[in-house]
Amino acid sequence: MSDTALPNTNIAQPDRPLVTADGIPLKQKLARTTRTMKLRALLLTLPLVFFVFVAFVIPIGQMLHRAVHNPTVSEVAPNFAEAIQDWDADSGELPSEQIFEIFVQDLVTARQNREVGKTVGNLATRINYEIPGSRSLFTSTARKAGRIEQGPYKEALLEIDEDWGDIHLWRTLQRASNNYTLAFMLAAVDMQYDKDGDIVQANELYRIYIPILLKTIGLSALITFLCFLIAYPVSYLLSTLPLRTSNLLMILVLLPFWTSLLVRTSAWIAMLQTEGIINDIMVFLGVIGDDGRIQMIYNQTGTVISMVHILLPFMILPLYSVMKTIPPSYMRAARSMGATQTYAFFRVYFPQTTPGIAAGTLLVFILAIGYYITPALVGGSDGIFISNLIADHIKKTLNWSLGSALAAILLVVVMTLYWLYNRLVGVDKLKFG
Amino acid sequence: MSFKKRLTSNGFYALIGATILFLLFTQSILGTVGFLLIFGIPLFCMNPLPAYATTGDKIGKYAYLAICTIIFIFLILPILIIIPLSFNAEPYFTFTDGMLSLDPDAYSFRWYADIVRFGMTSPDGGPNWWSDMWNNATWIRATRNSFFIAICATLLATFLGTLAALGLSRPEMPFRAQITSLLISPMIVPLVITATGMFFFFAQKDIFPFFPESLVNTYTGIVLAHAILGVPFVIITVTATLSGFDRSLIRASQGMGANGWTTFYKVIMPLILPGMISGALFAFITSLDEVVAVIFLADVDQRTIPRQMFSGLREQISPTILAVATILVLISIGLLTALELLRRRSERLRGLSPG
Repeated sequence: MSDTALPNTNIAQPDRPLVTADGIPLKQKLARTTRTMKLRALLLTLPLVFFVFVAFVIPIGQMLHRAVHNPTVSEVAPNFAEAIQDWDADSGELPSEQIFEIFVQDLVTARQNREVGKTVGNLATRINYEIPGSRSLFTSTARKAGRIEQGPYKEALLEIDEDWGDIHLWRTLQRASNNYTLAFMLAAVDMQYDKDGDIVQANELYRIYIPILLKTIGLSALITFLCFLIAYPVSYLLSTLPLRTSNLLMILVLLPFWTSLLVRTSAWIAMLQTEGIINDIMVFLGVIGDDGRIQMIYNQTGTVISMVHILLPFMILPLYSVMKTIPPSYMRAARSMGATQTYAFFRVYFPQTTPGIAAGTLLVFILAIGYYITPALVGGSDGIFISNLIADHIKKTLNWSLGSALAAILLVVVMTLYWLYNRLVGVDKLKFG
Repeated sequence: MSFKKRLTSNGFYALIGATILFLLFTQSILGTVGFLLIFGIPLFCMNPLPAYATTGDKIGKYAYLAICTIIFIFLILPILIIIPLSFNAEPYFTFTDGMLSLDPDAYSFRWYADIVRFGMTSPDGGPNWWSDMWNNATWIRATRNSFFIAICATLLATFLGTLAALGLSRPEMPFRAQITSLLISPMIVPLVITATGMFFFFAQKDIFPFFPESLVNTYTGIVLAHAILGVPFVIITVTATLSGFDRSLIRASQGMGANGWTTFYKVIMPLILPGMISGALFAFITSLDEVVAVIFLADVDQRTIPRQMFSGLREQISPTILAVATILVLISIGLLTALELLRRRSERLRGLSPG
């Protein structure tokens, strides 16, 4: 820049800042250009970010909100929900006569209401989640409540059913009147409120969600480990063969990857069922008798075998791409210095493949833990995953809040793993084929 | 080692001998074919080991190759096995004795005919056979739905995904890591969670000012869901292509007086097109294969092929599913071939060695 042929306005001088041809200081101009370029790059991603936000992030956020937000009581019985807040549950006494009166009136109004989500049935279901067996109390009382002409309402209700004298019931009603509740999150981790309103573990017989979550994690870990065991030798073979041969063999890996999940699952049903191919072969070879056919499907075994097959390419591809970068001369050098094959492998080769192992295991584990289709089809009752319970609550039992609470827990687990993946591997390392 | 030399090696003779013994012993053609595969392939693939290799090394190498062969068979066998099974004349999911003895009567095309006929009002022929098939046959409807949804979702995902990938691969992109992880997350978040969220969200009315009705049980809802699920694949493939992109080409083009659009269409686009197409293929196959979102968001009218297979596997298992599966495998082979050709083209364009 010290060339004298340049116009002298562009030459740095001690007393003047460097300026561009149009007289703006260079620093300012550069900052402005950088800002424009950043903005331009950002603008290119903006449509997609907006789309993902509207159709993906907000829906999931809303669902998470549903896990702690359940306005059933205040929608069915709005006046009661407000009035019960004044009652002191720890006083040991039933709510006042006035609250009882409002409750009866709200029940009568709700009984006439046919709007979806605002019927007595909804209220009964909501309380039934927390006090199992209380459903009929609400429906039958609502039926009879219309006949109560005048007070005292408290006695009238107690006459219909003496369960209305239970403080626990009113405490639960008071808690449920609040639109925000922890009840479903607690249920999702096998906890509940006891009679005194304290948070305790649920009865051992009713603890189902934590065991299923642990089983999901355990089976996913097993699937990941089996995938690793199977993928490692194959990836090594692919990375050491000449390119022409390895490309040919790669087709054997990529074809399953590109084949529909449903196709692969139905193939495994054909292979594993008791009248299926594997049992037939074993009977034919005399390994087992015709009456001793092994049940390999509609249980955990079926889930594990088919999921290992389905997720295997996600382990092979990252391992392969890392192994390809390791020069074979390292192993030869180790051998020439006197290491045995095994020693050279564990001290020289294996440590260099850890990035691939991290990428593959994390990806397979993340994908396995949220699997739904394969466990639903080949898992029977004992090989199901937490996803299947979530889907059941959303589609069948219609306990949406509990389904959302379970989903929230699964999401936390998956997001933690995703964060780990980002830290260890980097999301930009993700590649297919 | 040359092919001819392999055929005259001692190992080859040993294999032939062992196979004949196996055949005499078990008297089963199928078993012998399996034997030949598991023990023959590794022997055939084994290159001569260096002179310093011990007998232990040789056995180890042979065992290793045998294990790899078994794994490759594990990978590919389930997919190949459904092809002959789909020609079963009986309504079973397994090989009948007739099939094993290669009796022509044990094979039939009835399940392929069933794909077309199932659900038709008069499958044995009527005045409007073709329109009956087009409108009423269950699998034909599912196929139409699948392709319609997949094409719409792919177009949406590819367009938005490519734009975003162009932005993400610029060196000056701010918050690159955060935005990339956000855009990849639909692939990571369990499908059940995504589908549940969308089910609640789309079920509300008036969420979009221009669309007053609920989006559940509509094509729009499923297309939006599938587009979201396809986006990560487009981002990954297009950014991978752009990472090898020589940015000085853009400056060269601009230096020669081209404006932004000309540069894009004449320089950038041709170079990233292979990446874009393979991203689109990924998005297409993702949508074609996706079933969880369809379970949550679609009604009977929008049933797709995988959704139909899902209920088929749950309710009445029939070899029709295997016939459909065989067709899907053929489609996958076609797509895989297309992808491989694209990859080679892309490498050639970028001046890498041909694969």
